[in-house]
Amino acid sequence: MLDKIIFFFFAGVAILSAAMMVTRRNAMHSAVFLITTLLATAGIFLQLRAEFIFIAQVIVYVAGIMVLFIFVIMLVSLDVAVHEMQFSRQKWVALFVTLALALEVGVMLWSSRQVPGQGFLLPNAVPAGKLPPNTEALAHGLFDAYLLPFEIASVLLLVAMVGAVVMAKKRT
Amino acid sequence: MMPIGYYLFLSMALFLIGAIGVITRRNVIVVLMSIELVLNAANINLVAFSRIFGDVAGQVFALFIIADAAAEAAVGLGIIIAFFRNRETVLEDEMDLLKW
Amino acid sequence: MNPTIHPVLAFLQTWWVELVCGVVIVAVVPLVAGYLVLLERKLMADMQARLGPMRVGPHGLLQPIADALKLLIKEDIIPDHADKMIFWLAPVASMTAALTAMGGIAFGPSFLVARDINVGLLFVVGVSSMGLLGIMLGGWASNSHYSIMGSLRSTAQLVSYETAGGLALISGLLLAGTLKIRAIVAAQEQYGVWFVFLVPVAFFIYLVASIAETNRAPFDLPEAESELVAGYMTEYSGFRWACYFLGEYSNMIVVGAVATTLFLGGWLRPFPHVRWMNWLDAVPAVFTAAVGAYCVYRAGKQPVRVQVWFMWGVALMCFAVALILGVPLLAAPLKFMVPGLNGAFWFLLKISGYIYLFMWLRFTLPRYRFDQLMHLGWYILIPLAIVNVLAVGMAMILEMQYGWNRWLAMLLTTMITLAAALYLLYLNDKRAAAASLAAPPPEEPSTEDSYAG
Repeated sequence: MLDKIIFFFFAGVAILSAAMMVTRRNAMHSAVFLITTLLATAGIFLQLRAEFIFIAQVIVYVAGIMVLFIFVIMLVSLDVAVHEMQFSRQKWVALFVTLALALEVGVMLWSSRQVPGQGFLLPNAVPAGKLPPNTEALAHGLFDAYLLPFEIASVLLLVAMVGAVVMAKKRT
Repeated sequence: MMPIGYYLFLSMALFLIGAIGVITRRNVIVVLMSIELVLNAANINLVAFSRIFGDVAGQVFALFIIADAAAEAAVGLGIIIAFFRNRETVLEDEMDLLKW
Repeated sequence: MNPTIHPVLAFLQTWWVELVCGVVIVAVVPLVAGYLVLLERKLMADMQARLGPMRVGPHGLLQPIADALKLLIKEDIIPDHADKMIFWLAPVASMTAALTAMGGIAFGPSFLVARDINVGLLFVVGVSSMGLLGIMLGGWASNSHYSIMGSLRSTAQLVSYETAGGLALISGLLLAGTLKIRAIVAAQEQYGVWFVFLVPVAFFIYLVASIAETNRAPFDLPEAESELVAGYMTEYSGFRWACYFLGEYSNMIVVGAVATTLFLGGWLRPFPHVRWMNWLDAVPAVFTAAVGAYCVYRAGKQPVRVQVWFMWGVALMCFAVALILGVPLLAAPLKFMVPGLNGAFWFLLKISGYIYLFMWLRFTLPRYRFDQLMHLGWYILIPLAIVNVLAVGMAMILEMQYGWNRWLAMLLTTMITLAAALYLLYLNDKRAAAASLAAPPPEEPSTEDSYAG
């Protein structure tokens, strides 16, 4: 019961904040609503008992990436009231296509909910008390089975760091 | 844990809102933020399936996606800053240097 | 049973302890932070050979209440073109981050606020790092030059020193092997020493990083009065400013708690399992009783009647606490309470020592210039922290696989890290010398007197 309440609370906040984010005129307001969306997503991760992903999301996304976004918005903020058009000219086409896609996926999800013997079999989730400790399991996964992607990710981060510094440096 | 359909629905909703943001907004920074939203939707999907199958691979991949999103945001914002220094604009339809 | 009432009752039944703890944190921590401000003023006065606030209440002890009242009834000024939503949001974000981080720390073996989360230490560090969003948004929302510059500087400083502090924490976590708070202290109990004696360099790096994290002197350029008016807090007045301020002092408690848990042994007494030091178990009760006795002694010397009564009240309170701490030691059926109560006492004593160190450094050291601050963070602390992590890992392999003595391996670690530190400082000196050589020679003062008539 509590699980349901937590899920609906975080899911509601996430969807509402996301909707607010793509419709604000002020880029700084969009950033703030993205922060609430990311925190709500972190809450969903916590509800799924993925504690390390929850705290990684908070530290990397909220306290890292969003700080970067807010810095850049502060740097490039022109007078925001000047923008006459907030949405581009394709907005109706985009909305229509997106709603069509939403309808398609929604129908698919709805019609596959209780069809025994069809689709792939989903096991019942392990009850929360019997889960292995999340950080240890993730560490075993990262350093044992997925070591190569881990090393590649670290090289990627190094390259991105060098690239970002080079791109943003002033040409003296 | 809720039945998996709920998480899939949430993931789809966030993905579509992010897709709307990417396609319709003019401000390039908001487009980048909508891309982050799309990546988050994928993350929710991965972690939900990781929970239901008991396999940690989903969470490992979600961690990689978070790292990748950080790298992409950094480089993307660097590009925006560099472009802003040249052209004084962050609107996507004014970034038309190659248009003939 | 009525099905609509039952879920609420079920919720309260499982979670009422955590709810009460949460309410206590939100209600009590601001009061504690207020008294920390008074303590700081009194310590500052003591180190400057004066008395500090003495007027409000006996020995100035009601000063925080007066300050809080003043801030609450002050006019709420919002600058003209400020962004109202973000202006409202920023102090709330800062304070929420600090108070939520307090929800993850444990004051004793069973004094947890919520459940012992799997990623305990990382939770506290991560959530308290969310406070920097409050600083950034606050500076921007004020729509004023000083605020934006102060907030940008403060954010850059916080981000730099967060990295160094996190790496320093990793050195301690390598020894502990886990992120759970209770398990970290249990690991220190198992090792038999506090981790500060095994990895002292990591503790010092974390000390410096946490001073910068909380914007305390000597790293308080963003909020120093003589620098940028008040930095990001310039346009905030009344209760909003109080939120920022309380968030900063709560952050001090949080970083003190993190350092205490990981490096200073948490709730363990100085020699945790040495049998002939078991008399240290009596220290909490004896110490508190001694403080009470001193209050009784001073009560006789107070000039004003209300101060005499007040000192007697404080003395009685100390004696009551000493009784609570001492009785379980003597009464056999209550002995199970000893680790919890004594543990809470040692934990709070260690946090107080850490915060006293913060305040002492504030009153002693001059402020760092911003470029010196950034240079210290990126060029000296982060490489040192990385070297430390590598060295501690190496020492652990030497101990576990090659069977070296633990103290010898850790001594080797410390030597390597100190050598690296010396090398970094030598490089720094060389750079400073090169910079001063490259700078143009100072102009001679002109002999012409521009005021001459």
